[in-house]
Amino acid sequence: MSDLTRLSAAELADSLASGQTTSVEITQQHLDRIAAVDGQINAFLHVDPDGALAAAAEVDRRRAAGEDLAALAGVPVAVKDVLATTGLPTTCGSKMLEGWIPPYDATVVARLKAAGMPILGKTNMDEFAMGSSTEHSAYGPTRNPWDTSRIPGGSGGGSAAAVAAFEAPLAIGTDTGGSIRQPGAVTGTVGVKPTYGGVSRYGLVAMASSLDQAGPVTRTVLDAALLHEVMAGHDVRDSTSLAAEVPPVVAAARRADVAGLRVGVITELGGEGFEPGVRARFDESLELLAKAGAEIVEVSCPSFEHALAAYYLVMPSEVSSNLAKFDAMRYGLRVSPEGVVDPSAEQVMAASRDAGFGDEVKRRIILGTYALSSGYYDAYYGSAQKVRTLIAQDFENAFAKVDVLASPTAPTVAWPLGEKLDDPLAMYLQDIATIPANLAGVPGISLPVGLSEGLPVGLQFLAPALGDDRLYNAGAALERLLTERDGAAFASLIPELEVAR
Amino acid sequence: MKAMSSPEISRDDVAHLASLARIELSDDELDRLGADLPAILEHVKVVQGVAGADVPAMSHPVPLTNVFRPDVVTPGLTPEQALEMAPASEEQRFLVPKILGEE
Repeated sequence: MSDLTRLSAAELADSLASGQTTSVEITQQHLDRIAAVDGQINAFLHVDPDGALAAAAEVDRRRAAGEDLAALAGVPVAVKDVLATTGLPTTCGSKMLEGWIPPYDATVVARLKAAGMPILGKTNMDEFAMGSSTEHSAYGPTRNPWDTSRIPGGSGGGSAAAVAAFEAPLAIGTDTGGSIRQPGAVTGTVGVKPTYGGVSRYGLVAMASSLDQAGPVTRTVLDAALLHEVMAGHDVRDSTSLAAEVPPVVAAARRADVAGLRVGVITELGGEGFEPGVRARFDESLELLAKAGAEIVEVSCPSFEHALAAYYLVMPSEVSSNLAKFDAMRYGLRVSPEGVVDPSAEQVMAASRDAGFGDEVKRRIILGTYALSSGYYDAYYGSAQKVRTLIAQDFENAFAKVDVLASPTAPTVAWPLGEKLDDPLAMYLQDIATIPANLAGVPGISLPVGLSEGLPVGLQFLAPALGDDRLYNAGAALERLLTERDGAAFASLIPELEVAR
Repeated sequence: MKAMSSPEISRDDVAHLASLARIELSDDELDRLGADLPAILEHVKVVQGVAGADVPAMSHPVPLTNVFRPDVVTPGLTPEQALEMAPASEEQRFLVPKILGEE
């Protein structure tokens, strides 16, 4: 029997449609792969073999009955543990929600199920999506399949590592400041943050509501587009959801033509602080695009210099408000303070929040509480909101001149576990290139463009709001040019893991 | 250019913020956060000098107002579903610690 875990989602969908294989067979092979390698990777917090195989059998039955099925019907998917799943634990990588089983599905999850996609399990993440390395998970770090002594990025390191380790053909991530794109870059996978409002946030446990967006995590650009179409679209349950048509992302990924495309290289992203190997792969990619007919120009976005500072005020402010709901009263962890007889609700709340939240979550809640407190609000939160306006204006000016913007996704390749754990600012700097898109609500894609010191490097394209199709066109074109140059798809470079029997 | 607020923040300030955020921090945590927060604030305070008074504040990427959904009855959670994950419940209600008799 051939190894179905090495196929792309598009190839799996084709072989399902032609009757060469079944969803049960595909799903079982991925479950076997998880059993064989996840001991080394720790990409999954929870695996659901019974649920996944039942869903696979059901979609096989419907196919056999001649029913009209969605394009990805029968192709299994892994879901970041920040999205609510009926009957499956949803912990957000936190002790606060250990053992919590939601009574409802996130809209994204409901759409995966409606499309007939078996859910393999829930993937590891930095606690409540706060981090750039997945080391802030309360359940231990995920490891990078390229080098298991290194981080897989974060917060969605579990989803990215699962896809890179061939444990899942597809995964769902969420991106508040880069949590889909930066793990994509350091694991050599494709990750897309759609336009804000393009994908419903209903059932996505909120970190920063004005920044959060769920998106696809895959090994190819076409796979990302296919998954994007399943997830996206208006939802009455999310008042920030856009009542617009989903951009034609699959058609764009199939077009993959950059002739005449104007690509703006962001002056402020890619210089100082970006490793030479990262810059070299980025520059080579631009040359390939230029040879294929793209017009490469430099574009300055001066306010991006302040994006990181604005983000680390806006995001913690929203965090401090959103995470107030974990109050130990209706769900989640409840502990009583030690040595207190008949404690009050307030005392139980404070003790539970101390026991349930990890260091990074507490750091951000306290920072946000400070930024929003009387006397500091205008100086911090208010000023950051104005910088946000300037960043949105920079994007508007840039997209008047070019079709897409480009930068390296992350300043470095994957670093050794533990290296930045005690230096919050060094960790925050990893998101320097990804944050502007979240602040302005524009879409972004990261795709692998080569190796530096044997580790993957990512390139990011950004497009105007609701111009997600431009990302897929440019991304698929660059992916094809790189494959032609190297004579092999990028995923074929992923090192083999030792397989446990 | 507005005057920069000083990012000075003491260990006592952190303890006060933690009480506002309803987190009972240990002495060790207060020490660590007391060291981290000034460093982070030193970095983020640059936002204060960037935008002039004429720049509007942006709270949300897409300006939307008065968003309604159709007024259609849809199924909600049953009391059993809503209470299933509660730390404690009694007679179809969430059972919580005392809320009166505090200092």
